[in-house]
Amino acid sequence: MSKLSDIAVKVRSKNAGPFWLTVDIFCGTPEVFSQVCASVTSARIAEVLKADPAVVDRYEMASLNVLKLSLPRPAIQGTREDRDMHGASFAALVAELDV
Amino acid sequence: MVKVLIPSGALGLGYDRAALARGISENPDIIAIDGGSTDSGPHYLGTGTSKYARGSTKAEWRELMEARAEAGVPLIIGTAGTCGADSAVDWLVEITREIAAELGMNVKLAVLKSGQRPDALIDALAQGKITHLNPAPEISEDVLASCSNIVALAGAEQIQAALDTGADIVIAGRTTDTAIISALPLARGCHAGGVWHGAKIGECGALATTAPNSGTILIEFDADGFTITPMGAEARATPHTVSAHMLYENSNPDILYEPGGHLDVTGAKYVALDDRRVRVVGSEWVVSDRYTVKLEGARLAGFQTVSLVTVRDPRYVANIRAWCDDIVEKATEKARTRVGEGFEIELRLIGLDATLGELDTAAKSGTEVGVLGMVTAPTEALSREVAKVLNPYLLHHPLTEEEEMPTFAFPFSPPEVNRGAVYEFCLNHVLELDDPMDAFALTVEELGA
Repeated sequence: MSKLSDIAVKVRSKNAGPFWLTVDIFCGTPEVFSQVCASVTSARIAEVLKADPAVVDRYEMASLNVLKLSLPRPAIQGTREDRDMHGASFAALVAELDV
Repeated sequence: MVKVLIPSGALGLGYDRAALARGISENPDIIAIDGGSTDSGPHYLGTGTSKYARGSTKAEWRELMEARAEAGVPLIIGTAGTCGADSAVDWLVEITREIAAELGMNVKLAVLKSGQRPDALIDALAQGKITHLNPAPEISEDVLASCSNIVALAGAEQIQAALDTGADIVIAGRTTDTAIISALPLARGCHAGGVWHGAKIGECGALATTAPNSGTILIEFDADGFTITPMGAEARATPHTVSAHMLYENSNPDILYEPGGHLDVTGAKYVALDDRRVRVVGSEWVVSDRYTVKLEGARLAGFQTVSLVTVRDPRYVANIRAWCDDIVEKATEKARTRVGEGFEIELRLIGLDATLGELDTAAKSGTEVGVLGMVTAPTEALSREVAKVLNPYLLHHPLTEEEEMPTFAFPFSPPEVNRGAVYEFCLNHVLELDDPMDAFALTVEELGA
């Protein structure tokens, strides 16, 4: 079993405005892209980010070998509950997924 | 054809001077730069201030004003002063006046303000002209009235109105990132899908190239699409760097909503013209039936005082969570007896899970843990008072009653730091307008004359 970070080129998370978080998984090759799309389900993303699977938007971008997932931020940016103003650290949770 | 020169992703970020000079030698039709975004958090909109130092903003803005004078074309900045609130616009206008005076420069300046009056928005809410986006915080008259600043994001129409004044420099409050780039090529009849797509690719400067720190890029818009050329000597744009930029800080990589419609890049084709330039065609602009502008608002969420202690004792590090839970309980109880209710004490464990909190199921500590105490209260005095009740626990709290009083490491004295007012974003809504200029104010002045 590998971690996603072992096979993907890069896993990135960023704010998409104060209310949304977006996660980009750069797979590098069509083979890794297929493997990642099959393994990294929206339900698994929802589980690691403790979100409702129904609110996870999913974009499988074969032309870029990128799987993109967007969801409402775990806490609205900059509220007392928010721990990461720019949202970049959530990527670590995704990168550590077994694939 | 319209050439837009973009010096960098934001004023204050810096750029490669040689790249800017090369851009000016390409005879651009306009120089456009972004001045901010929400990405640095609600403090800036809450207070109506800039996150960048005045000195570095002035130094870069002076260089751009000189470059503009050399090129003899308009210079435009959107979302001035990080947040684009009226006070942040005034701040940059004042800097601009100083520079013009220092350089002895004659400049026609157009100022577009995006600040919204709460009472006008309360009326718009009652008339059903404010619609929520997803996810939507609850709004009401009270929420609107409680905001310290509300701005509307201007689109291409309002920027065109500012350019139509014949201004040399346009300082705009909050705009969409793309509007300052798209306004002129749209006004001159370039392909609308290509214009909005090129504006999105260009809004972060050289981020869509292989050398993001080189800053400056040139985008040429025409009747079918756009071409991106990096101005940095080492920078290259490739179909991959350009198409991948649609992902960046964008929840939907195919669609971008703007006032008056949306961009759809599903059909876009990216072609390498050579090893550093990319041409893009096939993007579509879809006009909406309503003209709406997005609203951003920030309001006071209390006052905060933070304290920091570091813990190196292995037994305390091993039991750090239990130690912190006990401190929160005891300090909260004690503070309640002294100052009453209404405050919150939170301890974050730096070196364990301060970054991700309960999401971090793999968290484990090393040899030491930093404990960040955060006290939030309705007044500044109360937040400081509660922090002072918390401090002795952070310094001396024992894990058990049967041990000698321990002492932990305060890195400075006093251990508490007053963060002052804290703000929160409270709007994710759009406002419908009959006329695009309805929510915006445009003024013109001559500097140096």
